[in-house]
Amino acid sequence: MFDQTGFLPTKKLRDFQNKIQQMAREKIAPQALGVDEKEFFNREVESLLWDHGLLTLTFPERYGGYGKGRTVALCLAVEEIAKVCASSSLLLIIQAVGSFPIIHGGSKRLKQNYLPQMSKGRKLVAYLVTEPTAGSDIASIQTTAVREGKEYLLNGSKCFATSGGVAGIYSVLAKTSEGNGNSSFFLVDRESPGLSIGRTESKLGQRGSNTTEVFLENVRVPAENLLGREGEGFLMAMRDFDMSRPAIAAQALGIAEGAFEAILQFIKERHTFGKSIGDHPAIQTLIADSATLIEASRGLAYRAALLNDEGKNNTKFASMAKSFAGDAAMKITTDAIDAIQVLSGYGFLKDSQVERMFRDAKLTQIFEGTNQIQRLVITRQILKESM
Amino acid sequence: MFQLDEEQRLILQSVREIVQKEIKPQVATLEETGEFSWDVLRILASNDVLNPLLPRQYGGVEVSIFTFCMIVEEIARACASSALLLITQAEGTLSIVLGADESLKERYLKRLAGDSQVLIGVSVIEPNADSDILSAPAKAERCGDHFLLHGNKCFVKNGSVADFLVLYANVDRSEESHGIHTFLVEKGIPGLVNKRDEDRMGMRGSIYSEFDLDHLVVPSENLIDQKGGGFSNSLKTLSASRLFTAAQAVGLAQGAMEEAISYARRRAQFGKSISHYAPIQFMIAEMATGIESARLLTYQTAFLFDRGEWKKAETHAAMAKLIASDTAMKVTTDAVQIMGGYGYMKDYPVERMMRDAKLTQIFTGTNQIIKSIIGRNLTGMS
Ligand SMILES: Cc1cc2nc3c(=O)[nH]c(=O)nc-3n(C[C@H](O)[C@H](O)[C@H](O)COP(=O)(O)OP(=O)(O)OC[C@H]3O[C@@H](n4cnc5c(N)ncnc54)[C@H](O)[C@@H]3O)c2cc1C
Repeated sequence: MFDQTGFLPTKKLRDFQNKIQQMAREKIAPQALGVDEKEFFNREVESLLWDHGLLTLTFPERYGGYGKGRTVALCLAVEEIAKVCASSSLLLIIQAVGSFPIIHGGSKRLKQNYLPQMSKGRKLVAYLVTEPTAGSDIASIQTTAVREGKEYLLNGSKCFATSGGVAGIYSVLAKTSEGNGNSSFFLVDRESPGLSIGRTESKLGQRGSNTTEVFLENVRVPAENLLGREGEGFLMAMRDFDMSRPAIAAQALGIAEGAFEAILQFIKERHTFGKSIGDHPAIQTLIADSATLIEASRGLAYRAALLNDEGKNNTKFASMAKSFAGDAAMKITTDAIDAIQVLSGYGFLKDSQVERMFRDAKLTQIFEGTNQIQRLVITRQILKESM
Repeated sequence: MFQLDEEQRLILQSVREIVQKEIKPQVATLEETGEFSWDVLRILASNDVLNPLLPRQYGGVEVSIFTFCMIVEEIARACASSALLLITQAEGTLSIVLGADESLKERYLKRLAGDSQVLIGVSVIEPNADSDILSAPAKAERCGDHFLLHGNKCFVKNGSVADFLVLYANVDRSEESHGIHTFLVEKGIPGLVNKRDEDRMGMRGSIYSEFDLDHLVVPSENLIDQKGGGFSNSLKTLSASRLFTAAQAVGLAQGAMEEAISYARRRAQFGKSISHYAPIQFMIAEMATGIESARLLTYQTAFLFDRGEWKKAETHAAMAKLIASDTAMKVTTDAVQIMGGYGYMKDYPVERMMRDAKLTQIFTGTNQIIKSIIGRNLTGMS
């Protein structure tokens, strides 16, 4: 439907996208409704994603990474999968987000030990930053890591951890000292004594993703599990956002495209294309506006992703992309339900995938920094640039 | 302008008490099971709140449309599904009040009197996007002293739990220009096949059933609007239910805003209550402004109904439903946003309110169609 070639600089990326599109449509799409309805984590889809190398995209190449253009590749994969099932695409995002501190902060030895465990041993990773009283304000976390000889002792409660209950490895943000610049990431094994999984949350959308509390009670990790240097945690989280926010934008874009395709599908099934649009003046604006928002979201998302791959500062674009695409997806899915209703009458509310997409879309406005926080970031960046 | 009289004040006060004490605590369970709550029905009926519009001569309280709107609003503040129950009863009652002859009224309206728990199912009629025609999925054929009704996928509010149904059906267009007839049908008669109750995204505590009509025989005396006027009465009922949907949306939005404000006061980030932050204040300001505007238009429209200014009321009802449901959608979405990750979780009520709000945009004609209707009425162009 949409011409993406402008955003895809290489044939390798185009082939990659086609392959995922086919896989998503054939294998993931049929699972989407059931996963949402029963709200469970689908191990079959997980295996599929491993098989296609999608859970190691951002890893170094020798551990299964995509290599040059990895952020764009991640976004493409997320977008294609989100078109049919947002929950499944969230797994890719959180895997990339959670492994970021390990890839960029882990010592050589630690990486040699863990990255193969993750890629060959197929271990999922969760990202434990948010706490009951620390959401937007990451710096206010209460979890502590105290150095004791050759170990750190971790204590605290984390919440809203995507993949929390299904991961084998955790990247945990903890305070290593009092005062500013005081937090650090640690790699923690699932098997570590003292680590326990709390309750699994029931959610409005993206219900195929697993969201849990995770508790750390006197968890001991070797000192070499510190990722980066002490006090670098906050900075690392910000750099992680530069990669993850374009990916969330791609997810929002995919959800919006999925909803849009559903409308077109309805129109095609029911009428000859040209005539039906004329039949439904009420649908015209909606189609035109949605398509415009989709293209604008795509432009921002891939611009932010490309800049990241080129090693340039993309913070402003990443935040713009995330908030714009999230708001657009919310609007498009909300309107799409009406469109389906206009075109098909009653009785399609729950059956149509669009209803799920509407619920899934809302998350993109909330996590990896709420859209209010994105606006703070955008403004701050612009003021910085203009100084 | 909207000064409540003593009677209205007392009614609303008692509705508020019942809702807060007896209905609100059940909302989460209602939502989860997606089943009809007989207990909520009992609570509403035993407190005389189930059929406030029922005329006095048939044993009802007969409140004004304005008062009814305020009741719906008050209930929807806590539970949109329960408000929908009242709306459906009112729609059914209005169809009978407006069109039926005395003997039908005696037979059916009396059954709703007092603490009766008799439920009316009401079938869905759809306004058309580009014409004045109302269409029902069912077809009716006159055969001597009875009608034969056919049709698949007829959606009926309260369908599977109702005692009798108000069914709309199209009759041969040549017979009457607009061709819509309204029938009263007893539940349990052959030919009325309840296929399933729809599993819905929102207002899950309300019932929405799919029926197939298979050679359903309805005696002629059960035709409402014997002397014609079926179309204009259906239009009036549809307009009234748009107004009620507006009232429901206003209540829903009000409830969501209250949740968001109370959360924003409690939640601190960056060392301050989030209610200090401009984006939060802006969202709340827009919520309150939207709700007040929608509420005023809704009340204004209710007055038009009470004064019998039907023509004007029709356009106003469409406008009220448009602004109120769009407001409810925006308010509930922002309420989730204000509550951040918590808002997205089933433990808090705002995610449900967001799903409920989406249905107010769809019910009684999606807002795209509603806009076509308003535009058409104002320009005189079809
Ligand atoms: C399904 C799901 C999955 C998640 N997965 C993960 C995960 O894997 N790992 C993880 O660590 N976290 C995860 N999160 C947490 C997510 O990142 C947080 O929910 C998000 O950062 C917002 O934090 P909060 O929910 O505490 O909201 P709050 O920070 O409490 O925000 C509440 C409201 O206040 C606003 N606000 C806050 N501060 C300001 C300010 N300074 N100015 C203006 N407005 C402000 C916010 O925009 C929001 O509207 C997940 C959340 C969800 C819902």
